Amino acid sequence: MSDVTARTAGPPTTAQLRAEVRQVVSLGSLVRTLRAEWTKLRTTSGPAWLLVGTVVVTAAISAAVAAASRCPAGTSCQIDMAKTSLTGVEAGQAVVAILAVLTVCNEYSSQLIRTTLAAMPRRSAVLGAKAVLVGVLVLLAGAVAVGACILVGREILPGHGFTAARGFPALSLTSGPVLRAACGSMLYLTLIALLSIGIAVLVRDSAVAIGAALALLYVFPIVTSFVQNPTWQHRLQRYTPMAGLNIQATTGLHSLPITPWGGLGVLALWAAAALLAGGVVFRLRDA
Amino acid sequence: MTTTVRPERLAPPGQANGFGRSLRAEWTKFRSVRGWSIGLIIGALLTIFLGVFAAGNASVGCGSVINGVQTFQSGKACLPAIPLGPGGEAVTDTFYFVRQPLNGNGSITVRATSLTGFHSNGNQQAQSGPGGNPAAGMQKGLVSWAKAGIIIKASTKQGSAYAAMTTTGSHGVRMQYNYTGDTAGLPGLVSATSPRWLRLTRAGDTISGYDSLDGKHWNLVRTVTLAGLTGTVQAGLFATSPMYLKISQFAGGGNIQSGPSVATGTFDDIRLQGSWPAGRWTGTSVGAGQRGSYPDAGGDYHEAGGQVTVTGSGNIAPVVPGPGSGFPSATVDQTLVGIFVGLIAIVTVAALFVTSEYRRGLIRVTLAATPRRGQVLAAKAAVAGLVSFVVGLVAAIVCMTFGLQRLGRNGLYVLPVSAFTDARVLVGTAATVAVTAVFALAIGVIFRRSALAVTTAIVTVVLPFLLAVTVLPDSAANWVLRLTPAAGLAVEQSIPHYSQVAYISQPAGGQYPLPPLAGFGVLCAWTAAALALAVFLLRRRDA
Repeated sequence: MSDVTARTAGPPTTAQLRAEVRQVVSLGSLVRTLRAEWTKLRTTSGPAWLLVGTVVVTAAISAAVAAASRCPAGTSCQIDMAKTSLTGVEAGQAVVAILAVLTVCNEYSSQLIRTTLAAMPRRSAVLGAKAVLVGVLVLLAGAVAVGACILVGREILPGHGFTAARGFPALSLTSGPVLRAACGSMLYLTLIALLSIGIAVLVRDSAVAIGAALALLYVFPIVTSFVQNPTWQHRLQRYTPMAGLNIQATTGLHSLPITPWGGLGVLALWAAAALLAGGVVFRLRDA
Repeated sequence: MTTTVRPERLAPPGQANGFGRSLRAEWTKFRSVRGWSIGLIIGALLTIFLGVFAAGNASVGCGSVINGVQTFQSGKACLPAIPLGPGGEAVTDTFYFVRQPLNGNGSITVRATSLTGFHSNGNQQAQSGPGGNPAAGMQKGLVSWAKAGIIIKASTKQGSAYAAMTTTGSHGVRMQYNYTGDTAGLPGLVSATSPRWLRLTRAGDTISGYDSLDGKHWNLVRTVTLAGLTGTVQAGLFATSPMYLKISQFAGGGNIQSGPSVATGTFDDIRLQGSWPAGRWTGTSVGAGQRGSYPDAGGDYHEAGGQVTVTGSGNIAPVVPGPGSGFPSATVDQTLVGIFVGLIAIVTVAALFVTSEYRRGLIRVTLAATPRRGQVLAAKAAVAGLVSFVVGLVAAIVCMTFGLQRLGRNGLYVLPVSAFTDARVLVGTAATVAVTAVFALAIGVIFRRSALAVTTAIVTVVLPFLLAVTVLPDSAANWVLRLTPAAGLAVEQSIPHYSQVAYISQPAGGQYPLPPLAGFGVLCAWTAAALALAVFLLRRRDA
């Protein structure tokens, strides 16, 4: 604000004042919108349980997979320790998707959405606030979940033959690739939340939204493992949301279908496209 | 003063058939929600699209040089002629045969004194062909299913009926017959200090196999009847050795290095009974030299002083899915991969079928009209199950019809199965879809919330399969596909697991850890448990 006044010598014109006021008001309304969404999330028990569920499911599946992975003496094993320890993310993303979808769809099923939009007519702000809040919450829960996964991998895998002596150093966040896998998995879960919010706004029904989101996440990897044409296999691995999981790779990076960050970028594009489509439909449609 | 109106009195006379009425009510509810029908249709279309897409994107090419001109062919033209066994299954029938014709009944008895072999080290292409040293570029070692022994075979034609008594690399003495049959005899590897006597006797179309440690005390391994084995047959000694496969497995995949191998068996004390008119041995390389045949490194035989040494390469076994057969193959169930998207659609609709009643309070009306809650659930399950079965069956038939066409056009050999197996795969797929729908419905009653119910059903049915084919190590993947509802997909397995062939047996190759009906039973058990819990909760809880 001071910039504006400093640049123009003399008293501000009416137009400048108006612009300033609008800026303050819109900033204030964004904070208000965020706060309203936060209150809605905080005062229902579902989101808190789902965040806890994300952590528990992610860590539990990771622990189960780590417990099932063995490298008997005398055999050569090829395993990506970080990726194996982070397998739980595949299941945890389903819980994240529920959280994101319910944040939107519960408002529709209870007609609360009409009150929300009457109070805050700027629909993009409402959607933006939801996305920011859910994104931050999932990022935090993801941090706990990923931390638990790394801990689980560190504790279990060396006892199953994956020892430093055989070329499997214990997982540590001080190693660059492991840190990338861990932070990337948090971001992955966040992007899944945003993608699911976009889908939820598009279809409005929680069952359909969750079905569509999980179909998008689960069907492509299965189909890819059955497609025999390498060109198409490569395309599916690169351009579907499953590309995001490449961020978990710490070994054999040269044989990945897409670079770790590139894969996460593809998922980010999917999430952005879903949010954008959701946003446009949200603006155009009656609630 | 107070009168109690019993619910059953409310029913008008003449409509005693309560279940029929519930069924009709639920069917009306189901068909009157347009979104559900659309959901099912979209699910079926996506299933078909993905199935045919996955089948259609696997074109195989092959090149050859004829008179200095390089030609490139693709699709069907690349496929070799693949023999079929007496049971109609695709078989590999490549071995070195030292034979004599046998008229009528008779027997052959030999003493096996050694079995040795060479295999490629997986990197080098071994030299092959007549005249070449079969062991060139190879290292010493026996593959586990290397075989040398005695055989009675209808003719030298590939795929003809046979029965054999054979020593093997690491599975002891076996009696094998008609490609799929395999019975264990004496254990252990044969050697000069620990020989094995083998005997085959023929009586009409019945062949009995015996083995012995001393040539005096004989054990009957098995008696088999080979249909159509009449008149003169070819009988004698054989040796064969399947492709050497070096499989290094790790989570989410595996590396396979492969190459031909050879096995050499030494026999003496050869005694023939019955009518053997030729009086001398003839060496024949069965199945050698054909384009695209099973990779083999040739064979030969040597006779000196009553001792016969036979060297052979190839295999006498059913063709299994995946690499190692020498040609690109597919199974009929691979056209049904799209079923996963169909399952997700069905699960969503089935869960909504009950959760939307809770959301809109319709469940109160339903339960007021039909106070017998178990009956309401049974009617819902019947409607959801039947509709899903029909949609699943139609989608599966379309998938398989078009998928098989495209696979064939693209040069993949679809491993033939009987019409009965085809029907079992199709009906089984539809039944899996139907039972999964009932499972989702029961979960919908348990949770009463759409999102939770849909997610739970998908995570228990689809996610285990996903993890099994992508990240899990094999042992864990097998347990997941035994214990979770995803086990039901085993009903799609079209080619049985053959323990007498060394190969990679993975779900992505159409091989499940449980037999088809057992896997389907696991899914049914989960569904029954969920239904029982749903009935219990529905009765106990306020709506």
